[in-house]
Amino acid sequence: MLKIIARRVLVAIPTLVLVSMIVFGLQKILPGDPLLAIAGEERDPQVLAFLREKYRLDDPFFVQYFAWLGNVLTGDFGHSLRTGVPVSTLIAQKLPVTLQLAVMAIIIAMLIGIPAGIISAVRKGTATDYAANAVALSGMSIPNFWLGIILIMVVSVQWRLLPASGYVPLSVDPIQSLRTMAMPSFVLATALAAYLMRHTRSAMLGVLSSDYIRTARAKGLLPRSVILKHALRNALMPIVTLSTLLFGELLAGAVLTEQVFTIPGFGKLIVDAVFTRDYAVVQGVVLCTAVGFIFMNLVADILYILINPRLRHPQ
Amino acid sequence: MKKTMFAMLATTMLAATAASAQEFRVGLQEDPDVLDPHRARTFVGRIVFMSLCNKLIDVDSDLNFVPEIATAWEWSNENKRLTFTLRDDMVFHDGTPLNAEAAVANLERARTLPDSLRRSELASVESVEAVDEHTIALNLSRPDATLLAQLSDRAGMMLSPATFESDLGTNPVCSGPYKFVSRVQNDRIVLEKFADHPDADQYHFERLIFQPIPDSTVRLANLRAGDLDMLERLNPSDAETVRNDAELQFMPVAGLGYQGITVNVGDGERAQNPLGTDKRVRQALQLAVGRDIINDVVGNGLFDPAQQPFPPASPYNNPAFPVVERDVEAAKALLAEAGHERVSFELSFGNNTTAMAINELVQAMATEAGFDISLRPTEFAAMQQEMQAGNFQATQIGWSGRVDPDGNLHQFVTCEGTLNDSNYCNEDVDRLLNEARLTPVVEERQALYQAAQDILQDDLPIIYVYHQPWPFVLSNAVQDFKPYPDGMLRLKGVSLSN
Repeated sequence: MLKIIARRVLVAIPTLVLVSMIVFGLQKILPGDPLLAIAGEERDPQVLAFLREKYRLDDPFFVQYFAWLGNVLTGDFGHSLRTGVPVSTLIAQKLPVTLQLAVMAIIIAMLIGIPAGIISAVRKGTATDYAANAVALSGMSIPNFWLGIILIMVVSVQWRLLPASGYVPLSVDPIQSLRTMAMPSFVLATALAAYLMRHTRSAMLGVLSSDYIRTARAKGLLPRSVILKHALRNALMPIVTLSTLLFGELLAGAVLTEQVFTIPGFGKLIVDAVFTRDYAVVQGVVLCTAVGFIFMNLVADILYILINPRLRHPQ
Repeated sequence: MKKTMFAMLATTMLAATAASAQEFRVGLQEDPDVLDPHRARTFVGRIVFMSLCNKLIDVDSDLNFVPEIATAWEWSNENKRLTFTLRDDMVFHDGTPLNAEAAVANLERARTLPDSLRRSELASVESVEAVDEHTIALNLSRPDATLLAQLSDRAGMMLSPATFESDLGTNPVCSGPYKFVSRVQNDRIVLEKFADHPDADQYHFERLIFQPIPDSTVRLANLRAGDLDMLERLNPSDAETVRNDAELQFMPVAGLGYQGITVNVGDGERAQNPLGTDKRVRQALQLAVGRDIINDVVGNGLFDPAQQPFPPASPYNNPAFPVVERDVEAAKALLAEAGHERVSFELSFGNNTTAMAINELVQAMATEAGFDISLRPTEFAAMQQEMQAGNFQATQIGWSGRVDPDGNLHQFVTCEGTLNDSNYCNEDVDRLLNEARLTPVVEERQALYQAAQDILQDDLPIIYVYHQPWPFVLSNAVQDFKPYPDGMLRLKGVSLSN
């Protein structure tokens, strides 16, 4: 187990370097001068010259990249060109927000999607199955920004049940925090639940037709035991992989949902940073997200091994 | 008995906290940038500064200058020396006194900080001195009619000099009625009432919370759901709904800025087309576009048609230049006179729904007169760069507007102007606009701007379309709020009824 982890961490390092270099390069190719975005409407030439020199924006690409990399290795992620706030502060402020949104969304998605998938597989071909499939399809097709705005109109404006937007940290007021996150995580969960439902269904179907299930039924085991203890456990592998990968994606920030619900998370941060050509912020967030994604991949592999005893001992 | 006493005490305490913890929540369109008046550049930042910092002078709704930190001012030495008398009862949020020395330090910082964006605004100032403990004087290299207007905004804002060496952009210490508490980027900025402000009894809120909510639909939903007390920049498409909503107060005001079409009339490659080379084609375009139609269809009554860059509130808005009415036949005739049956060009604009609607309408109206416009919605930062590089034919773009008329015109049409993306150059216009900067006498300036406009309204490097409105929407509970043309929130005397 430790060997696997160590190997993965070693492989992760060149991946991170490559990702950060590509993203840095992409930002530089983008048309648009970051200084025009930060130097104000009046475009004072003296200020432009000063800022250009201060942020070394005229240096060759690799000089700029390695300057950034060198700073990162000493823990300095730079500052936002727009507000002057250190990037590490921004990440520290927004990572918990995105984490909370991601965790709530994946939990809701799993609570809805996995049971729906199991029921759909067990009752394959019946009305329940078709109904579940229809709901799944709509969940995947409905654009989540539309769903978000509709929910705000109905739940917040008309029924006044939940706040329309904004965010309260868990440490400040847990109840209010859950209330502000309820709609956004639900909106995100709808698409994810649909995905999970479909995958659970096909995984279960694959397992339910195998010999050992027939044996278990023949033995006279309770149907619930057959489904949950025998079938589901074997079908879990693809579901686990998918869930962890989805969680990794969520960590990148649900941009549209965050924009609609004004949640100060990663998604909004990186989109605003790209529009204002705020290089340091984009690099910092991408690095963070890449680390998160790699980590979730590792977690998926470890879970694989834990769930499936056959993988614990090399052949 | 004990239980009843306890219950009564608890209720009174709760009631007391509820009444005194009065918050005022404002929904902004964007997140402000750095909270340093000398380095800040956003409109929404100025909204926050309005409550956080005091400045030398302020403006009223007619754009006249009124005292704030300064009680009186006068020009001397042939309009090259401006002397301010300051109040003696103001302190900064950290307790240090706001005296002449502090004021001089601030003006020096605004003038000399390398990335100060106020430097060009104070370019005419040669030196600043403290005459006595509550009097300062600015010595100018030349008369500058725009200086008072600059000092009524960020250039005249006072920060505590004790904080100059610190990271004041993330923790500003000013002298305004509210002091800085906290900020979470993209989430909120929280200000708290400053008890030692001389006018503290006229400000009725304990806390101000500014929340950037970029989506205008969601911003309005927040207001309706009771999570905000007011918002700025309502989307014009929501104007009807808000007008008909009895629980909201709709307070639009025509702002200082404008939206228009800037044409590339320079010597570059992309200006070598009929629109860029022949003023008759531009005049025809103006005749083809109905500003009132844009106001009706897209603006829902909020897009006051603009013929000139000066806002309606300004004394420099000249009745000699009435709005040109749409006249397709006249447009066609002008095009024919210029030797063209149809003219095609590319119109770029920043990618948002309102601009898209306006420009599609322009395209449709201009087609009837013989223009084939291809629309090019562009990401804003990229568009700015293209304009600066002269890589455009026509761009629909606006300007946020300044109190002084010079701020809405000079840099856009003078040969060396930093904002002259159209690359227009006319010596007479240069001379007239430069002269208009030198005299503070309103009538003299009016005559000079009129002479300049006589040329500009003929050459049309910029076709102004509408005056930028500031559509404020407030909940019914807000009392005594008044919108100002500069779009700023002046919260003295404003209260919330419960």
